Order: sequence, then C-alpha cells, then structure tokens
Amino acid sequence: MTLLDVENLWVKFPTRQGIFEAVRGVSFTLGKERLGIVGESGSGKSMTGRAILRLIRKPGIVEANHIRLHETDLMKLTEVEMRKVRGQRISMVMQDPKFSLNPVMTIGDQIMEAYLLHNNTSKAQARAKSIEMLNAVSIRDAERVMRAYPHEMSGGMGQRIMIAMMLIPDPEILIADEPTSALDVSVQRQVLDIMDALVKERGMGLIFISHDLNLVSEFCDRVLIMYSGRIVEVCDADKLHQAQHPYTRGLLNSLPRLDAPRKRLEVLQRDDNWAKADSVSGAV
Amino acid sequence: MLEIENLNVWFGIGRDRVDAVRGASFSVADGESFGLVGESGSGKSTILKAITGLAPTWSGRIAVDGQELGRRRDRTFYKSVQMVFQDPYASLHPRHSVDQVLSETLHLHGFRDIDERVVQLLEDVGLGARFRFRYPHQLSGGQRQRVAIARALAGEPKLLLLDEPTSALDVSVQAEILNLLADLREEHGLTYLMVSHDLPVIGHMCERLAVMKDGEIVEVMDVEKLRQMKAEHPYSKALLAASVAG
Repeated sequence: MTLLDVENLWVKFPTRQGIFEAVRGVSFTLGKERLGIVGESGSGKSMTGRAILRLIRKPGIVEANHIRLHETDLMKLTEVEMRKVRGQRISMVMQDPKFSLNPVMTIGDQIMEAYLLHNNTSKAQARAKSIEMLNAVSIRDAERVMRAYPHEMSGGMGQRIMIAMMLIPDPEILIADEPTSALDVSVQRQVLDIMDALVKERGMGLIFISHDLNLVSEFCDRVLIMYSGRIVEVCDADKLHQAQHPYTRGLLNSLPRLDAPRKRLEVLQRDDNWAKADSVSGAV
Repeated sequence: MLEIENLNVWFGIGRDRVDAVRGASFSVADGESFGLVGESGSGKSTILKAITGLAPTWSGRIAVDGQELGRRRDRTFYKSVQMVFQDPYASLHPRHSVDQVLSETLHLHGFRDIDERVVQLLEDVGLGARFRFRYPHQLSGGQRQRVAIARALAGEPKLLLLDEPTSALDVSVQAEILNLLADLREEHGLTYLMVSHDLPVIGHMCERLAVMKDGEIVEVMDVEKLRQMKAEHPYSKALLAASVAG
C-alpha cells in the first residue's frame, strides 16, 4: 500500500546568480517500508525530506505534480491544514539535536510539552510517559536526564531524546534525516532497532536520509541514490554493493575497510554527465 | 611522546557529579598513531580535553615529550600539541578569512615570517594560495577541515589530537582528509592521538588503539588484532561485531 506518492518534485532557490535547483524532478513512492535516500551533502536528500513537509522557507520554491499522502495532496493544503499534518501524520527527526532542542528548557519539560500538546492528560502522567519514552530509546538514568539541559547531553543522547519526542504523537510516516550520524555504532544499532520495531509494529513508513551507505544497505528495504538533485540509481538495499552507477561505486570504494587494509583510500572522481542525466524514478 | 597514568576527569559536583574518565593509562610512542574508540559518553574526547587543558578538573599524570603537565599549560605546550576538532563548521570563526585565522595563530606562536608561512601551510594541506582570502562560508566542509588542520600545524606541533576529524564529512571527502592526514604524518613526523567512533577509520589510520567504556579503558590492542577480529574484552567484541555488520 502506498502511503506517500511524490511526483516530479523540484526545490529551487533564487540567488543573485540565477535560480539554484537543489532538487530536480524527483519521483518516488513510499509504502510501509524503510526507504533510504543516500548521497553526499549538497545532493538534495535533506531538501527532499523537508519539501515533503513543506518546510522550505521563502524565497525557496517547492514545485511538484503532487505530493500525495493517501488521498490528500499536500501541495494543495493551506498552511493551517499543513500544521495538522506535521508531527501528527508525518514526523521528522532532524539532523542536529543541537539546533532542534531548546537550549533554555530542561529535557523533561520539552518532552512533556510535546506530550501535553497532543494528549489531554495530567502533568504527572506526562512525566511518567516521558521517562518511559527515554527508557525506550535506551537512555540510562532517565531521572537525571529529565532534569538536565541540552548542553549537558552528548550528541548521541540529544538525538535519542529527539527520537523519543517524535514518537509520542504516533505518526504514520517518520522522516529521519541523518538520525544516527552523530551516534556511535553500538548505540546506532539500538536506535535503528527502535525505529525498526516502530515501522513493523505500527505499520509506519520510514524515509531514512543518510550518507552512510553501509548503514542504509543493511537497515533499509529500498535505496534511492541522489547526486546533484537527482536520483541516479534505485536499488534494493541488500543489493547496494552490486550497484552499477559509477557514483555509487565510487562512494563504496572510498570507505576504509577493516578486512581489506590499504595504504591510501580511493578518492571519488566526478563526472559531469552524472548531473546531466535524467532522474530515475523511485516509484514502485 | 605521550604518557597518561591513572587519569581521572570529572565534571559537576554533588548528585550531578559525573566521572567522565576513571583511571585511564596508556602511552603513545614517538611517531605513532594511537586511536581511542568507544561509544558517546565513554570519555574518549574528555581525555583529549584533559590533555589540552580544556577540562580543568582532573587528577593523575599526563606527560608530553617527557614533560609532566600541571594545571596551567604554557606557550611551549601549545606549540607542540594541537587539536583538530570534529566540526569544521563550528571551529572556524565565521567572520575571519582563512588568512586571518592562520596569521593570528602564527602571530600567537611568535613567528615573524607570517606571510610565507601562511602560503606554505595552505600548500601543505592541499588548498593553495587562492584560498587565502576566503571566508569559511565560501568553503566546503572538507576545505574547512583542511583549514583547521593548517591552523593546527601552524606552530609546527609534534603531537596532533584529532577529535573525530572526519565524522562531519562525506565519505568521499573523508577519504581525501584521511589521505592528507596520513601524508602529513609522514612528512612532518607527527604523532597522532585520534578519537573516533568509526572502527574502520581507526583501523585505517592507527597502529594501536584503546577501547573505552563508561570512562574506563577496557582494552588496548594492535590494529592487527582488530583486523582479525580478535578482541578479548566482551565490550570490544560487541563493538567490533556492531561495526562490521553496520
């Protein structure tokens, strides 16, 4: 079943040198699956995620034939209607917890605020639920964390707190923009397991934006590879290592590997034609 | 080059006191590249902070080049030990040009021939003189990290402390920076102490590494052992398993 259907999405920014196209004609669909979007910084993967929630501020321009959530075309909604979609139906975990958490509120107050906004309950219950959520994202010592301010948290803890906050309204689609790039491998796994459980149990769709090819190939079902605002390749995640496109191959080869030591790492040689080729459709 | 014995670092007091590092001991030989790995909050970056003097509450013994460190670090210390930070977007002053960043650093190190040295530093990190009058927002993440490395090299240090130098960068750029760091180490005979949560990166860059958990070093091992997956401590094993699968 298709939850989200994006067709011919463009994101443009007018600049003094003319219009800069960050995303150029991207189409894909999302079912109850884990869809990975990979690419380097500047490839337009984060912009794609933000454009779905119409989070691109003016003067940025979002154009699309449609961005359909079930039967609703998000492109046609007013800003007020859109606010009901954000958080409730589509939730987003941003890249950097340092900029997403309020620096002058305690963690506890922020999580409770998110919970009280969506549920009509007492503060005591909100507090209990918040601690439960913190435990769900495997934060030790939840009581102390509730009292702490964001600057007292490490990046990894901050990101887990963000994920805890996003899960509270029980959304249909979670857009996770580099949710684990600040975390280390052992914690990454726990966070991914939590997200995995959500996708399965609640029948959520997940858009997982990442630059980490290995992670995406292992964690997702399907992968879109983006370069310079376009999708250059679509493949099943478990077959990512057999990818054909020279860009994907170059990225894979530039990774250091424990099992195959090399004196020097391979550096990606770019080709202008990659940016010129038409976008590949990621629709099923 | 670097000796650390029974190092403890803590933050806060009373019920909020956190013992970030407990009884850490290791030594890094001259010209060696030593890695520190572990999960976030395990204290690996805190060790670097304690060495540079950014974490004032510590006890134990730290010696650099045979010189034991006290509470205060003097100018000769900062000439021989420099740090490269994780996030090149945060570690460069947004309104200082590359030239200002490097000139100021060189001036503070007491050099006279600043002009030639700025050009030389930019050459060393593979940027070239045309980047000299650019501002950080005109540079990509990889270029910024090169500037940060140039700044660290300004005082001709012997020991570089690398705090996740590539974790904010794309894999293709990471490859360039890691190659650069390997070249610089060879050319300048540097010693590296590198913190990373990325085991393949540590495996590529270092000869030995220490695995940390909850502020303690649980295992010190050779990279060869890491490659053969022969970690001994259960935590190192778990870390290794997670990182190879992922």
